[in-house]
Amino acid sequence: MTTDLTRRSAAEMASLLSTKEVSSVELTQAHLDRTDAVDGLVHSYLHVDHEGALAQARAVDERRAAGDDLHVLAGVPIAVKDILTTIGLPTTAGSRILEGWIPPYDATVVTRLREAGMPILGKTNLDEFAMGSSTEHSAYGPSRNPWDLERIPGGSGGGSSSVVASFQAPLAIGTDTGGSIRQPAALTGTVGTKPTYGGVSRYGLVALASSLDQAGPCARSVLDTALLHAVIAGHDPLDSTSIDAPVPAVVEAARRADVSGMIVGVIKQLTGEGYQAGVQTRFDEAVALLVDRGATVVEVDCPSFDYALATYYLILPSEASSNLAKFDAMRYGLRVPPAGVDAPSAEQVMAASRDAGFGDEVKRRIILGTYALSSGYYAAYYGQAQKVRRLIADDFARAFATADVLLSPTAPTTAFKLGEKLDDPMAMYRGDVATIPANLAGVPGMSLPSGLADEDGLPTGIQILAPATQDDRLYAVGAALEAALVAQWGAPLLTRAPELTEGELR
Amino acid sequence: MALTRDDVAHLASLARIDLSDAEQDKMLGELGVILDSVALVQQAPTQGVEPMSHPLPLTNVTRPDVRRPSLTSAQALSGAPAQEQQRFSVPRILDED
Repeated sequence: MTTDLTRRSAAEMASLLSTKEVSSVELTQAHLDRTDAVDGLVHSYLHVDHEGALAQARAVDERRAAGDDLHVLAGVPIAVKDILTTIGLPTTAGSRILEGWIPPYDATVVTRLREAGMPILGKTNLDEFAMGSSTEHSAYGPSRNPWDLERIPGGSGGGSSSVVASFQAPLAIGTDTGGSIRQPAALTGTVGTKPTYGGVSRYGLVALASSLDQAGPCARSVLDTALLHAVIAGHDPLDSTSIDAPVPAVVEAARRADVSGMIVGVIKQLTGEGYQAGVQTRFDEAVALLVDRGATVVEVDCPSFDYALATYYLILPSEASSNLAKFDAMRYGLRVPPAGVDAPSAEQVMAASRDAGFGDEVKRRIILGTYALSSGYYAAYYGQAQKVRRLIADDFARAFATADVLLSPTAPTTAFKLGEKLDDPMAMYRGDVATIPANLAGVPGMSLPSGLADEDGLPTGIQILAPATQDDRLYAVGAALEAALVAQWGAPLLTRAPELTEGELR
Repeated sequence: MALTRDDVAHLASLARIDLSDAEQDKMLGELGVILDSVALVQQAPTQGVEPMSHPLPLTNVTRPDVRRPSLTSAQALSGAPAQEQQRFSVPRILDED
């Protein structure tokens, strides 16, 4: 029964809870048991909150018993990426500099989960401050891909993707600065959405690059992703960049699952050369399925996308170098006195603490950002990148004038082996080549499984992009494609993942 | 223009990060490769293009000047590396002279 419960969809869990066939305590306990059994293998969590999750589950069971009007997902447990603040639960952002920090406030996303009555199972692993594409840059050790434990689960949200793929949680929250929800979803055979920039509050999200960061839902089906999206989206007065407009009808769109009459654009710059053969094949087949379902396919040209990776890796470090200045060892976080200095100054303590507390990738990006913003180089790097960002946004605008949604493979390859790209930052960065343009322009994107690559048997993803604030289109197209693919496969893709046996792999 | 080791040391100092000699050497090589790649932006046709710093048109957001609930001092100090008399205790900020 326990294993069966954790393998249900969130929508099915919600239904079982509403008819009282299962309690939230049973459901939450089933996931905690699963975590006790398999998280030693995949290392999806940095913190598991057994007592807190069960207390929240008991509370929602009591409210249901009392006949309260509950949210549709009330009682369904969830995991949260450890870059969102949580009262009473450690928030490390995957960094030593925040080790042991317990925030005194909740992120708005977390507040909304609590208000919906969703027990929080724990905090998921990530690349330090969400800088990475593999979760190998976590200060607490990498997460692993449930499809092959020798491989990465993607990044930076590898914890949130692998927790969902290994049935430790039906739903998780991720954040996506350059693809950190979508790329891990593709590599683990799960679904993830980066909402429109400003569609979900960033209050309480430890900022990496403020003009790019976006929290969003991770799940195993398009409908489950939509249900979670609807919980966390909407205006928040605590975030001045939050969009003050009604949330798109994402759940209705997922249930509609219709692409008839739609025009889907395949982005010329994000297919073909540089994409693994098995990834490209599954992508082409998925596009053909959409045609079968009544969509028309056109090719769209986005020439400025060729500059997106370079633009991103100037804008992101510039914003990161500014955002991470607050880790100064004064008010919270690690404080390390410099060795051999008597009565050190604040500046010396700051420099020693940041050296001790930040990992290699974080230092690399802060220093790169400091360079890009420095006098004499600003115009050539950061200033120029901002202009190219405009060109990329203009390419999107032109493309959406001819197509309702745009498509590409989510990631150029399937999951690579741990350690394979750690010493080659540019090779790591190229993993985000297809996801980054959406963050630069602020448009929403979704990744869903498109199958397994023939050459290695690993999951591949297809990315759907829509115009800003039209997130519902992702769900209409995603659900239609998912239905067609699952019908073809005979069962959801994750049923083909290897069984994880209990154990420990460190 | 290629970065020098002195440049890396200067940037680390601006960023308030003590880097060991070995870290500076490693960083010099990696930053060189990254800078060569991102220099591609300089080839983009951007004449007359308005810079875009943010995906949304931003306007200043203000709220009424009224009191509202906030953290207590105990909560605000709860993550402090050191505290004294309900205040953050910090290392020496001013130089001796």
